[in-house]
Amino acid sequence: MSTLSRDEVARVAGLARIDLTPAEIDRLAGELDVIVESVARVSEIATPDVPATSHPLPLTNVFRPDVPVAPVDRDAVLAAAPASEDGKFLVPQILGEDA
Amino acid sequence: MTTLVDYDEAVTQFDPVIGIEVHVELGTRTKMFDGAAVTFGAEPNTEVTPVSLGLPGALPAVNGTAVEYAIRIGLALNCSIAESCRFARKNYFYPDVPKNFQTSQYDEPIAYEGYVDVELEDGSTFRVEIERAHMEEDAGKNTHVGGSTGRIHGAEYSLVDYNRAGIPLVEIVTKPITGAGERAPEVARAYVQTLRDLFRALGVSEARMERGNVRADVNVSLRPTPESALGTRTETKNVNSFRSIERAVRYEISRQAGVLNDGGTIVQETRHWHEDTGTTTSGRVKSDAEDYRYFPEPDLVPIAPDRAWVEEIRASLPELPAARRRRLQTEWGYADAEMRDVVNAGAVELIEATVAAGASPAAARKWWMGELARTAKQQEVELEALPITPAQIGALQKLVDDGRINDKLARQVLEGVLAGEGEPEAVVVARGLEVVSDDGPLLAAIDDALAAQPDIAEKIRSGNLGPVGAIIGAVMKATRGQADAGRVRELVLERVQG
Repeated sequence: MSTLSRDEVARVAGLARIDLTPAEIDRLAGELDVIVESVARVSEIATPDVPATSHPLPLTNVFRPDVPVAPVDRDAVLAAAPASEDGKFLVPQILGEDA
Repeated sequence: MTTLVDYDEAVTQFDPVIGIEVHVELGTRTKMFDGAAVTFGAEPNTEVTPVSLGLPGALPAVNGTAVEYAIRIGLALNCSIAESCRFARKNYFYPDVPKNFQTSQYDEPIAYEGYVDVELEDGSTFRVEIERAHMEEDAGKNTHVGGSTGRIHGAEYSLVDYNRAGIPLVEIVTKPITGAGERAPEVARAYVQTLRDLFRALGVSEARMERGNVRADVNVSLRPTPESALGTRTETKNVNSFRSIERAVRYEISRQAGVLNDGGTIVQETRHWHEDTGTTTSGRVKSDAEDYRYFPEPDLVPIAPDRAWVEEIRASLPELPAARRRRLQTEWGYADAEMRDVVNAGAVELIEATVAAGASPAAARKWWMGELARTAKQQEVELEALPITPAQIGALQKLVDDGRINDKLARQVLEGVLAGEGEPEAVVVARGLEVVSDDGPLLAAIDDALAAQPDIAEKIRSGNLGPVGAIIGAVMKATRGQADAGRVRELVLERVQG
């Protein structure tokens, strides 16, 4: 039974700024559903005495010292951008709200 | 157009509830998740690494000092420090967020459930409950080009500088602040001011409002009575001076009362604060676009602050501002009302630094609370934003103490320093303001004055010293205020009677 609707796929695609055709939405709804159901099976095994984990590595507190490193070369970085001006990245008109 | 309800009227009709989110940029040497340096005023895009630019394959690494600072803030706000917490991705698209997500904390903040006592202008204390304090990173800076106002509307394109992207932030969120009543605007301002002082005392940030080190989002809602359920709130973004925070809360209370009285409903939305008009306007309505699809950051392992480390940090917390203010008041010998004025004017640090620069506490207070407070008020800026330093005030006062300038000339020197003419010494030289200590020119001026007013000269000669002031006044005028009045008096008497 499908748990992921076409509407949900369309909505998530919209949030992720991915333009999908109706045919792609149909196909992905099916494929993603398989993935979601596989993951859902994990929750059948997880019981309250199994703590949730967000990370596969048994590590905590991996810190970096607060010491500056060399920055990347600005010209090289800006050269890789579609456009730049005055040492800044130039982006198209931003629609919507004020920054 | 909404009819604003007179503020006093609005707070008798409704019970205001506020909530405040404060972002503070930590004063670490490097960014939150990479080693790019952080310095104020660097050339655009010169403090960036592959991580700050969100380049593919770049891996973040947590700045340990930033975590320590966050714990310091949490402890100073009487929060519990999480046994374990993690970072999360907040996904959204905006050019100033190069990765298309902000690394933040969501369900597991590093600090939670605390409070801070805020001192109000009348000396009373108001307790603000803290919901949480979490770590995250700042975004880059957009500059909108084209259009008339530099704002987004009408802009043709935007320029992005990623120097700020990745600077460590701690966001502190209050619980709904109830019970403030008509003092809600004052409580809001005093709360942010208290946090600012705290950040500085803790040494975790320079906390300069005018540089955007501390930024506040202000939530306001109204309800008919304190017993009613909470009303719908609006969130006014980026209100970045103490005065504006107070004004924005006041405005929202008046505006929302107007909407409600007209039979309307408050829409849950973000609003923009306009400094020039003192008003807010509707931004975006909370909607689908607000779905940030938070999920745990897979590239960073959890943070589980060792209890011994937390206690070590607790033990190393410095004297906090309230205790420090009490100590300084005693040291400086200020009366309660004087100290309160100094605190309310945000002048404690300035006076402390001025005293450290050699001025007496009384002289330091005289400058910051007198001439400089007036200037700040005229220019509608905070005292510390004036282009003058405590060291310069110390140097100015030394010129007075050494008798090289008098109080009147000192005010002109101050004016020069504020106008960017350089250090006090340089202004004295450039403007030729030094007190005339050479008797020669003074005697010449005295002779001129006596000759010009022979009747007064005669009176003095006959022993009536009353009119001496008139001669001194004439001499001061002739020397453009650059004479020592006491010395002039001596010389006049010598001249006439000697």
